[in-house]
Amino acid sequence: MAQDVEDRLIAAIQDGLPIVPRPYSVIARQVGLGETEVIERIQRLIEDGTISRFGVVVRHRPLGFCANAMVVWDVPDDAVDAVGKQFASNPEVTLCYRRPRRPPAWPYNLFCMVHGKDRARVLDNVDQLARSCDAQASYAVLFSTRAFKQRGAHYVSMHGKIDDAVATADG
Amino acid sequence: MDEIDRTIVNTLQGGFPVCERPFAAAAAVIGIAEQDLIDRVERLVEARTLSRFGPLFNTERLGGAVCLCALQVPADDFDRVADEVNAFPEVAHNYARDHAFNMWFVLATEDPDGIAETATRIERATGYTVYDFPKIDEFYVGLKLDA
Repeated sequence: MAQDVEDRLIAAIQDGLPIVPRPYSVIARQVGLGETEVIERIQRLIEDGTISRFGVVVRHRPLGFCANAMVVWDVPDDAVDAVGKQFASNPEVTLCYRRPRRPPAWPYNLFCMVHGKDRARVLDNVDQLARSCDAQASYAVLFSTRAFKQRGAHYVSMHGKIDDAVATADG
Repeated sequence: MDEIDRTIVNTLQGGFPVCERPFAAAAAVIGIAEQDLIDRVERLVEARTLSRFGPLFNTERLGGAVCLCALQVPADDFDRVADEVNAFPEVAHNYARDHAFNMWFVLATEDPDGIAETATRIERATGYTVYDFPKIDEFYVGLKLDA
């Protein structure tokens, strides 16, 4: 029963909050809880990390961040932690993950997303990253040429089943 | 987008209040009226400047799994393969990128086993090897997009 309420709450908020003065009371009516309980449950979901961000997510393009490159690096395994932290602290890097190599076709083990106003600006930023990197690292810059599918997040259907799950930050 | 809109976006990127009158609380911080904030957020969502207004869930905490995957597809077969891949409901994002590994997509499934199962089905449908790149470590970047 407790899980059922939680699922209904997640289903009710996953597409976004109602844009009205008391959004949590609207949600409360939908899921059959009190407004205060909805507020407390959402606070708990934020505190325990089930909700990783609660606010607005901005699309890059309307703000003028038109170029989007995935920059991949082949960094020695014993240096990847330090280099990853260093790259992540750069203001132009918006995501930074360590992922497995797939040799021989794919030698790269550190993946960054670098956004910029245009491609030239992105390439300048990548060049600075490469020069600032203490470790020996070869890299490749993969610009996106088409986006086919950008689905919103859907975790739990109104039946309480997780139907699909996307976190843009996990891309 | 004017100066106030930019202030709203930058403020709300850091979080939206969870209390009875959240727009009133956020509006007080920004220095505008509650109704003005509501109207502006509505416009920003309608204009799709904001892709989300509300929660972003941690997939793993909900028991689900996500995984970045890539294919190497010859140019003359690319559109067919894109259609095949995009037809899978488990495929969230899919981008063409200028590299031999030219198709990059994110799989999102109900449970961790679903990733490998879906990758196998995509290999059968497309005829190409799916390379999976699960996240090993995440280096925290913070929120950086200044509006």
